[in-house]
Amino acid sequence: MDLVAILRDGFLAMIGPVTAAYAIAAISLNLQFGYTGLLNFGQVAFLAAGAYGTSITVEAGGSLWLGIAIGIMLAVLLGAMLGLPTLRLRADYLAITTIAVAEVIRLVVRSSWAEPVTNGVFGIQGFANAFFDLNPFPPGETYGIGSWLVTGRRLWVMIVSWVVVLLLLLLVRRLINSPWGRVVKAVREDEDATRALGKNVFNYKLQSLMIGGAIGAIAGILLAIEQQNVTPDAYLPNITFILYVIVILGGAGTIVGPLVGALVFQFLFFTFDAFMASSQAEIGWLNTLISPAEAGQIKLILVGAGLMALMVFRPQGILGDPDEVTLDGR
Amino acid sequence: MLLVTSVWPSSATYNRSTVPSFARRLIIFGLLVAALLSFASPVMAEGEAIKGTLIVRLDDVRSPVEGVTMIVSQDGTEIGSGTSDAEGHWLIPVPGPGIYQVRLDISTLPEGVTLTDPDKVELPEVEVTEGQEKTVLFPLGEGAVSTVSTFERVGTLFVAGLKLGAVIALSAVGLSLIFAVTGLVNFAHGEMVTLGAVLAYFFSTSPAGPGWPLVVAAVPAILLGAGFGWVQDRGLWRSLRKQGMGLISMMVVSIGLAFAMRHVILVVFSGQRRLFSDYTGQSPVTILGIPMVPKHLVTIAVAVVVLGAIGLFLQRTKAGTAVRAVSDDPDLAESSGINVDRVITVTWVMAGGLAALGGIFFGVNEAVQWDMGFRLLLLIFAAVVLGGLGTAYGAMVGGFVVGVTVEMSTMFVPSELKSAIGLLLLIVMLLVRPQGLLGSRERIG
Repeated sequence: MDLVAILRDGFLAMIGPVTAAYAIAAISLNLQFGYTGLLNFGQVAFLAAGAYGTSITVEAGGSLWLGIAIGIMLAVLLGAMLGLPTLRLRADYLAITTIAVAEVIRLVVRSSWAEPVTNGVFGIQGFANAFFDLNPFPPGETYGIGSWLVTGRRLWVMIVSWVVVLLLLLLVRRLINSPWGRVVKAVREDEDATRALGKNVFNYKLQSLMIGGAIGAIAGILLAIEQQNVTPDAYLPNITFILYVIVILGGAGTIVGPLVGALVFQFLFFTFDAFMASSQAEIGWLNTLISPAEAGQIKLILVGAGLMALMVFRPQGILGDPDEVTLDGR
Repeated sequence: MLLVTSVWPSSATYNRSTVPSFARRLIIFGLLVAALLSFASPVMAEGEAIKGTLIVRLDDVRSPVEGVTMIVSQDGTEIGSGTSDAEGHWLIPVPGPGIYQVRLDISTLPEGVTLTDPDKVELPEVEVTEGQEKTVLFPLGEGAVSTVSTFERVGTLFVAGLKLGAVIALSAVGLSLIFAVTGLVNFAHGEMVTLGAVLAYFFSTSPAGPGWPLVVAAVPAILLGAGFGWVQDRGLWRSLRKQGMGLISMMVVSIGLAFAMRHVILVVFSGQRRLFSDYTGQSPVTILGIPMVPKHLVTIAVAVVVLGAIGLFLQRTKAGTAVRAVSDDPDLAESSGINVDRVITVTWVMAGGLAALGGIFFGVNEAVQWDMGFRLLLLIFAAVVLGGLGTAYGAMVGGFVVGVTVEMSTMFVPSELKSAIGLLLLIVMLLVRPQGLLGSRERIG
């Protein structure tokens, strides 16, 4: 078994554009859940709004850049739509509504009724050529040392994605250290006390949901651009729950927690894949015991169990301060 | 796509002055597509598809049947539909290789034409391999003239709605009661539904199981479901409550539990959609001029009896009164000598058993599948919010209202969107009356 190759696969996946997109989605969720205490169980809907807003605009003849703007605006609207009926109510109503709306959006988008616009289950492909036209690296070339290589195409997406991650981290730090951020954290700690201080709690929660939605849309757009492909079944509720694992693993309510969580999670996730694949290639009986498909499913069992274990034994994650993690709102 | 990008810039500069750029691009794109379609139709057929030709023999004359709708679905979700053309040909592209179900919409058959074998209206396992255009056959023959009246259609959908409502209500009561006594919205409730169905499948139909009739198999399935409720409370939730874990954290734990359980079931049960060996393919009986499937009626009847029993339990027995007391005010209940922990455990056991029963009926009426509970969970949420989160009777009423609305909505919207209608109901309710039909104002804080 080639341990170096396994670690290499895990590492290359970890620094890849998908990890960056997950980190962005986690930054968004962290703003909503970690800082404001909003239980958004439909984060994947914001990713879908961004991706579909972009690809449909391009399909209709608009430019990619217009599409990105429309995708982000759609997500902000979605945040408002989710927040207006639920944010005055207890936390669980938001959770129920978001998980339900995320599924409704997926069902509607994949239906034959919406097919003229969304292309149904087949999705929309090849809408991000404008992005790859800007690629300064020859897409066929590979870059790296030894067998630790990435293609020029991937390198281009990676650089852009990680720059976006960095900018968003700076933005969130700025937001959280501003008066707005302090109010939002106060809302998480004690809504009634914040209200007693004369703050309009509802507005702050709504703003947090909408700003988070815009950031989530950026994650969805980057993922869609990287794959040049948007299909409805890429937006299963599973994505949301993986994002929760990432946020809590890294440390909810910390600036770089989502980034650390995404790196660690993706490294473990793909190292497990590479490990299973290589041991299954070498150990014959392992294949009869666990098929490759089952290995993927077992990995998801571990994700779920990991989420529970984290919440029970280390709710502050890797970076969090145990005193900061109240999350006990009502 | 490559072709499009390479041609685009040169043609776009060609007539810049005359047409605005947006429209010009659209026109060029349209021309390109048309050009591609005109000479490249054999190339277009590269993707996987399901196709066929509808021919009917009437008095030894073979004639194509036009305008009949075929619907392709996978694992209960619709993929696409197609209609036969003047030659009787139809083709429905599918997203990839896999197992699909193909159904012929009988109501679109012309008068006097019917399936020679009425059981073949749906082909449950059509396997499409990589790049294949799979041909399937619907043998047609001369048949009695049958037209479905609006009354019949409304009636059928109403009964189907009651049946779905019964399944939702049975499963939702447990969720609502757990919320009432602990404040926890249990996102793993759907998996308790799946568990009941999978256990019943094991005891009744699985070749590895004892092969009991479903009615017998339901008993251990429900008992084990109730037992799982007990295990969950004693093994997990009670200690978290004692730790003083907040409700939001608990909901995240329940999401983790749901995720883990769902995939455990997927590994054990596999991703296939399976049917119980009993009660499949029942032919409808006509009551009051409406064709009804017996198992739907049994589902509704059992649900009404069970829900009635729960109502009696809550109103008339000491334990039921204790449940209501704890849901009103746990501290007050505790200080009046009620063992709150025991009441919570009793509620979990009840909820587990009820969810298992709901799951079995869900499986009987549709199919057993690893993610059936999660799909139902969203409708359960709609039901409990509609009726009022935390009220047992609200969950019952909400369940039936959601079930009937979802099924009846197929008269106006495509059937693949019917679940979306149920969830739309949830959102409208939150806007109009967030405490639900039977909820009280202060509950929603």
